[in-house]
Amino acid sequence: MKKALKNPGVQAFVASVICIILGLLIGYIVLLFINPEGAAESIINVIKNFFTWSRANKKLQQFGNTLSKTMPLLMCSLSILFAYKVGLFNIGAAGQYVAGSCACLYAALAWGWGWLPCMIFAIVAGAVLGAVVGMLKSYCNVNEVISGIMLNWISLYLTNTLLTKVKEVASPYTMYIKDVNPSALLPNAGLDKLFNGNKYITIAVPLALFIAIAVSIILNRTKLGYELKATGSNKNAAKYAGMAEKRNIVLTLVIAGGLAGLGAAMLYLTGYMRWECTQSSVPGMGFNGIAAAFLGGLNPIGAIFASFFIQHITDGGQYVNTNFYSSQISDLISSVIIYLCGFVLFIKLTMTGMINRSEEKKLQKIKAASSEGGDR
Amino acid sequence: MEPYAIEMLHITKRFPGIVANDDITLQLKKGEIHALLGENGAGKSTLMSVLFGLYQPEEGIIKKDGAEVKINDPNDANALGIGMVHQHFKLVECFTVLDNIIMGVEPCKMGFLQKKEAREKVLALSEKYGLKVDPDAKIEDITVGMQQRTEILKMLYRDNEILIFDEPTAVLTPQEISELMQIMKSLAAEGKSILFISHKLNEIMEVADRCSVLRKGKYIGTVNTKDTTIEELSAMMVGRNVNFHVEKKPATPGDVVLSIENMTVASKVHKNNAVKNVSLKVRAGEIVCIAGIDGNGQSEFVYGLSGLEPLVSGKITLCGKDMTASSIRQKSILGISHIPEDRHKHGLVLDYSLEDNLVLQTYFEPQFTSKWGFLLRKNIREYAEKLIDQYDVRSGQGPATTARSMSGGNQQKAIIAREIDKAPELLIAVQPTRGLDVGAIEYIHKQLVAQRDAGKAVLLVSLELDEVMDVPDRILVMYEGEIVGELDPKKTTQEELGLYMAGAKRDEVTV
Repeated sequence: MKKALKNPGVQAFVASVICIILGLLIGYIVLLFINPEGAAESIINVIKNFFTWSRANKKLQQFGNTLSKTMPLLMCSLSILFAYKVGLFNIGAAGQYVAGSCACLYAALAWGWGWLPCMIFAIVAGAVLGAVVGMLKSYCNVNEVISGIMLNWISLYLTNTLLTKVKEVASPYTMYIKDVNPSALLPNAGLDKLFNGNKYITIAVPLALFIAIAVSIILNRTKLGYELKATGSNKNAAKYAGMAEKRNIVLTLVIAGGLAGLGAAMLYLTGYMRWECTQSSVPGMGFNGIAAAFLGGLNPIGAIFASFFIQHITDGGQYVNTNFYSSQISDLISSVIIYLCGFVLFIKLTMTGMINRSEEKKLQKIKAASSEGGDR
Repeated sequence: MEPYAIEMLHITKRFPGIVANDDITLQLKKGEIHALLGENGAGKSTLMSVLFGLYQPEEGIIKKDGAEVKINDPNDANALGIGMVHQHFKLVECFTVLDNIIMGVEPCKMGFLQKKEAREKVLALSEKYGLKVDPDAKIEDITVGMQQRTEILKMLYRDNEILIFDEPTAVLTPQEISELMQIMKSLAAEGKSILFISHKLNEIMEVADRCSVLRKGKYIGTVNTKDTTIEELSAMMVGRNVNFHVEKKPATPGDVVLSIENMTVASKVHKNNAVKNVSLKVRAGEIVCIAGIDGNGQSEFVYGLSGLEPLVSGKITLCGKDMTASSIRQKSILGISHIPEDRHKHGLVLDYSLEDNLVLQTYFEPQFTSKWGFLLRKNIREYAEKLIDQYDVRSGQGPATTARSMSGGNQQKAIIAREIDKAPELLIAVQPTRGLDVGAIEYIHKQLVAQRDAGKAVLLVSLELDEVMDVPDRILVMYEGEIVGELDPKKTTQEELGLYMAGAKRDEVTV
């Protein structure tokens, strides 16, 4: 068991599980404080999410909803972990995601493009935003966190302005794609039938999973990954070795931006959600991606499960009993849990330290025992 | 007999797969300067970490003034009066000298700093031991020697009785070294006990009373420096007799490989140029050494030549090809190998495995990368194993070892293996033996001579006088960014070389 715990993969997994349990526990305590009566039931509902439904086909359909929203989150977390491996903290993923939303919705609603060009346009929009951050970073030495946050807001208000042109007259929401231009909806490719006809299950699901695997391969098996990680780990050595370290930084953020932009297309082109043109905060998807990336142990495959879990409890929040709690409580609980998910690295470090210390003590005991035996 | 100031008795410390300290005993008398000598990886750092409570030994005890003590963390060590000057200083660059000295033990009244008191104590200490510092100067503005004196004052301010100096001379100029030696002697005369970690034998002979030697984690012995010789010490350290002189046949210079014309490189620190109008030639089959005191433009010269920094003006020709505007990658492909000055900053990606570091400049070649951009892991592994075997690079887990966990000497061997195996036309070696022990130095010098004998051009940049006199066939002295003299190592003396290096003498050099 000890031996298994020393394996970094196992360690990452255990650390993630500990974080999840801690998060749920603290969430439960918060509920207890607000109103002890419904706390147990509500926290169980959060964990159960779609299992709360008793009918099997309803369960399946709700599961489909969670799954379809997992994919954009997965893209954002891939965006963050990809940049993180290259030593960059892409907090601008949120803004790149917004730019992607803007691009695909505008192309779909105003220009009547098909789904594929809309999707590609979203990738390009995210990538352009990433390139701006990357160029500021490598040529002007502007910290990517600062410029990323600034661009988040710029892209949010730009998006609000642009999408007002394609919004419904009576509401702040953009028009339905299915009414205006059904060709822009992502094809279901028969996958909806697996989820009791949930039409939001599209090719985005297999595509996102494929991209997660591709990111893993690029980082670990290719020349590009080798160069990018070298640049991230030691910029000077990368330069010394003749790698184009400035270009690599820009390229990384272009790829990261593209991933976040694609994530937006994977949500809005299913028709599951519409853009609210009066919103005054950057959508949480990009920020939740940070938590998902860390909860997944900064591993693209781990990110798949972490993203699903985070989306699962976010959706589970709607099953909190509103007789006892106000409706915002669901956001509060899920954000407490997501917040705790960011502690994975800390828990991992503590764990390694504890294992080492206990091993040392054990060795000392064996030593003491054997030297006593030798004296006799 | 008076008890020892500090005793470490039969210390054994194991790490997975290695015994870092194997039954080591170290006894430090009150008021003595005790040298701790050993190659890289001999276990000196581990032993000091044990003394500071960073590691707990599996066996052995520590005694202070004859009584057994338990040191669980550095705070315990500090409370026992043990202080250390690290090789890389632990100073806050943007704080003043005074602030750095009192940091952590600031005298306070009602939460307000009492700097006046502190200043008086610091000034008194600095007077008493001849430690000249300006308490109000910022660390980033003062010389390395003064930074070191600040570190020493830090220990004295904390009333430490046992002072540990970890390779203190590695960063100093010759003058600063002799000043430091004086300071150490006066500290010992005042009753402080000093542990001096070094592998510079002549310094140990000069300043230490006794010397304990470690080799490969084992305790070899303790000798009085009065009763021993440099040769004996080095044999104890390395386990065999070391040849201090580089054996080489006379050079047979061939065609010009590298030709530099009027190269000027800007300084990063100052407004003026660090390298001014330098011209030189290096031929096949010769070793040319650029000598000089640190900070006279040698680093910038190499940065300019290798492409790490842009040139202000000048022309670089390699084997008749103009490569002034070539990228670092192009230069590398066309036959320049570069053993960098700072192996951690430039030479290695420390978080990468040894094998990944061995292909740092060749990973893109068809041998290591497939047509589709995938790394050919099997080929990389085989190539790494070949180099590790051929150049005797030692590490815990072979090619998969993280570079960070390797000893300095083996990191340097890995870089040398990588650079030489590229079969360059020109090998630039910048302080290739810095911080290495005599065994590794001997090995590296042999490699440089072997490259020369194989008909390659070797450009050596060195600050070590012994190296400058022994290894090259031609010496060029750099002073304030200019070449001020060309010397023949067989005909010149260290004294003459010193005059050129200090700028007291200069010739018009036309190459």
